[in-house]
Amino acid sequence: MSVSKGRVTGVNGNMVNVEFTGNVIKNEVGFIHVGESRLKGEIIRITGSIASLQVYEMTGGIKVGDEVEFTGELLSVELGPGLLSQVFDGLQNPLPELADKCGFFLERGVYLNPLPDKKWQFTASRKAGDKLRGGDSFGSVPEGLFTHLIFAPFSLQGEWTIASIVPDGLYGVHETICTIENAEGEKKELSMAITQPVKVAIEGYDERVRPTEPMVTRIRIIDTFLPVAKGGTYCIPGPFGAGKTVLQHLTSKNADVDIVIIAACGERAGEVVEVLKEFPELTDPKTGRSLMERTIIICNTSSMPVAAREASVYTAVTMAEYYRNMGLDVLLLADSTSRWAQAMREMSGRLEEIPGDEAFPAYLESRIAGFYERAGKVRLRDGRYGSVTIGGTVSPAGGNFEEPVTQATLKVVGAFHGLSRERSDARKYPAIDPLDSWSKYSGIIDKKLVDEAYGYLRRGHEVGEMMKVVGEEGTSLEDYIIYQKGEFLDSVYLQQNSFDPVDSVVPVERQQESFSILHSILESSFSLSDKKEARTFFNELRQRFLDWNGTPSDSPDFLKRKDELVSFYEGRRK
Amino acid sequence: MQKVYTKIESIIGNIITVRAEGVRNQDLAEITTSQGKSYANVIKLDGDLVSLQVFQGGQGVSTGDSVRFLGVPMRVSYSEDLLGRVFDGAGKPRDNGPELTANMVEIAGPSVNPARRVLPDKMIRTGIPMIDVFNTLVESQKLPIFSVSGEPYNELLARIAMQAEVDIIVLGGMGLKYDDYLFFRDTLEASGASSRTIMFIHTASDPTVECTLVPDLALSVAEHFALDGKRVLVLLTDMTNFCDALKEMAITMDQVPSNRGYPGDLYSSLASRYEKAVDFEGAGSLTILGVTTMPGDDVTHPIPDNTGYITEGQYYLRNGHIEPFGSLSRLKQNVNKDTRDDHRSLMDGMIKLYSAYKDSMEKRSMGFMMSDWDEKLLKYGALFEEKLMDLSVNIPLEEALDLGWKILSECFEPNETGLRSDLISRYWPK
Repeated sequence: MSVSKGRVTGVNGNMVNVEFTGNVIKNEVGFIHVGESRLKGEIIRITGSIASLQVYEMTGGIKVGDEVEFTGELLSVELGPGLLSQVFDGLQNPLPELADKCGFFLERGVYLNPLPDKKWQFTASRKAGDKLRGGDSFGSVPEGLFTHLIFAPFSLQGEWTIASIVPDGLYGVHETICTIENAEGEKKELSMAITQPVKVAIEGYDERVRPTEPMVTRIRIIDTFLPVAKGGTYCIPGPFGAGKTVLQHLTSKNADVDIVIIAACGERAGEVVEVLKEFPELTDPKTGRSLMERTIIICNTSSMPVAAREASVYTAVTMAEYYRNMGLDVLLLADSTSRWAQAMREMSGRLEEIPGDEAFPAYLESRIAGFYERAGKVRLRDGRYGSVTIGGTVSPAGGNFEEPVTQATLKVVGAFHGLSRERSDARKYPAIDPLDSWSKYSGIIDKKLVDEAYGYLRRGHEVGEMMKVVGEEGTSLEDYIIYQKGEFLDSVYLQQNSFDPVDSVVPVERQQESFSILHSILESSFSLSDKKEARTFFNELRQRFLDWNGTPSDSPDFLKRKDELVSFYEGRRK
Repeated sequence: MQKVYTKIESIIGNIITVRAEGVRNQDLAEITTSQGKSYANVIKLDGDLVSLQVFQGGQGVSTGDSVRFLGVPMRVSYSEDLLGRVFDGAGKPRDNGPELTANMVEIAGPSVNPARRVLPDKMIRTGIPMIDVFNTLVESQKLPIFSVSGEPYNELLARIAMQAEVDIIVLGGMGLKYDDYLFFRDTLEASGASSRTIMFIHTASDPTVECTLVPDLALSVAEHFALDGKRVLVLLTDMTNFCDALKEMAITMDQVPSNRGYPGDLYSSLASRYEKAVDFEGAGSLTILGVTTMPGDDVTHPIPDNTGYITEGQYYLRNGHIEPFGSLSRLKQNVNKDTRDDHRSLMDGMIKLYSAYKDSMEKRSMGFMMSDWDEKLLKYGALFEEKLMDLSVNIPLEEALDLGWKILSECFEPNETGLRSDLISRYWPK
């Protein structure tokens, strides 16, 4: 491929116009030479002999006439063993290494190798003479807890034959370990590392299947009422201070998946620091190893260059797809997709495109859909399954869900966990609004029972609204009991105390046990003569249920409290 | 020899264009008009057409005025000599002192590597109980004061500037009324705090462009002091004027507005300033306290809304005091576990009782009978507001905690407070 050159003809914010000679490709990467440094950019528009680049760095100091060098390659990430437990920026620069090199500040134009220079124990799974297609695995290395498959590049076209492959042993990540050739006699050398354009979805699987297995988060309101499936998508919109990030952190710690990728996209740097300091200290309940060993952080916080923010979610999802193809379940948490959409809006403005709603570009919806569609569960070529689940937060302006990003997201996700200011102000955490939110997936509990419970919540809410108008006196005892049942369900099951070591994480079996009691309480009719008695009864019942919630499953009190709770309400049953 | 250009192609608002070569993006230029010299900086390059925003504004600029490119971006002098001085939004002295040109540093530098940040864990004592006890300010925190016009937010900032236990205060004033500037100057001078204070002041009558430079100037200077091991507190008032200046400039440049006329990059513009707050490991720290007046007292307005997504909590200043409800310091739990063992419990307990007092007030205003318990709460609420919430109260944290116990003991029996018995046995005044 011929590599073109060009010269800067104009600068407007983070958009730079370049007059080029030869051919350029849309979304090709180019480097602008400014003094000693080279600034990375991506071609986003070509008109005549002018290519417009969005530059991933501050553009101060660029002048007309500066030389630009194109690479002939789309914006890519490097994939291979050693990605886990790393912290990257949106362009896959490892941040701790960058700090070692440059100190406190993010110096522009410094690009480091994303994969650590380390030797890995390679075991071949193919031999010379075997056929190889793009995305086929020809060996593996152990990476922490996982068997990291080594793939032929996903972009490899046609059928190739392995000419030679190294014997099992220790090899560096960029060392040639396999050579292949095709029918035309063309040869290629393969190493453990491959490059993959971030905006091209990784394939190399047999087929996509429907996501049906629930992804357990050990948060009751999610697992029972608003479940997310492995390979599914969900979004968490909410105003500031409603607990989006806390919810994401809880999920990243407790979700029942193999690998978690956190894309901190345009949010506070302080929140990433919390993860960075906290995760290495925490153990993964599933494996007993440090949580960091299953985590990758892509961190492009709010003060880092905007264009790289746009790239960061694609960087993250590409890594997720890569690990999916090893038969793993990967969860990608993007916080926040609104900042990503705003980055697109900024660029669209510079390109002087005709704006859509709230000045977002017209292609906002298709970009959001394209991103979430990269989630999914797939059957791999070796018959195993892998999945990418995407959970994105949305930060709607003014907390109003009627804005373009929230609306475009709702169209394409499988579950909606809307956070409400009202609930967070009342300290009802997690502040997911149970009535507005929905999920199209099936969870850990029979859908019919869940719907019945929902019925009480909904009717209880209606009675509550009515009571605000007519007062307690104007409400019938029957309605009042339904109201109390709704409130009861809310306080003992939907709300969860994230500071309580027992109540903060509730495993599936315990949720099922606790739900069956809850359900039987909701479905019972009690002999209660007046409202005062009803209120006292439900207060007592709530207190007992909450005490039981806080009791560890392995403690002797667990069964005792459960029995007391059950006999307490059964004694009052009609 | 720097080349001088004497043909200005267009003047729109505060933006002028000239044809020039070899000019770099964001470089500084000096423009000489009949009214004197002004700086301008390059904001756009298109072929040989260079767009500059003139700090003094476009008014009075002639098409024949001369433009000289200085070949450097906007910079500010950084040294100990800054202490006690007052500058304007272009970095020129506003007091009668000499212009400083030594050790120039670039403004709006790169952002801090998140991998180098540390968890904030040092409290900043302000002597204001509503902050120290209930929503502790933490080093490297960024917090806005959400308020409305007419509230004493500048008095609050001046009080914090005088009392806060930090090494250096940098005050950035944007769109300040001249009286408010004089108020800050005189108050700080009278208290002796001016020797550790640097002020960058843009008043309401100064050119708009300079308003947008104030946070960058203030934060760059503060950042360098922090790197030199100083604990710096940056006070910014009023960030709403800063955002409105950004809006004005974006509209002049024909940018497509996104929400109520504000530019689409408002979030990024605010974040790049607020995110300068940092604790440098092994050196000093930079803490930001800003004022955001909410137009129409509406927290969903784009300015407070975007600010809230960026900052680590907020103080609501209403009716002359910091509201106990709604105000939130997201970092307080990092520090209030190490102050005194009764701090957290007392904070929670007193707020719960204050909230119960509000309920009683509501009941009373609706004409309900007041029970004994209500009477106790009413007494408590009145004492709480007078002794702790009043902004003129200036006592150290420990004294404020003792005072809290004293107020409780004057109003309640120990078992009515909901506080743990072991704390009561140690702290309840005998």
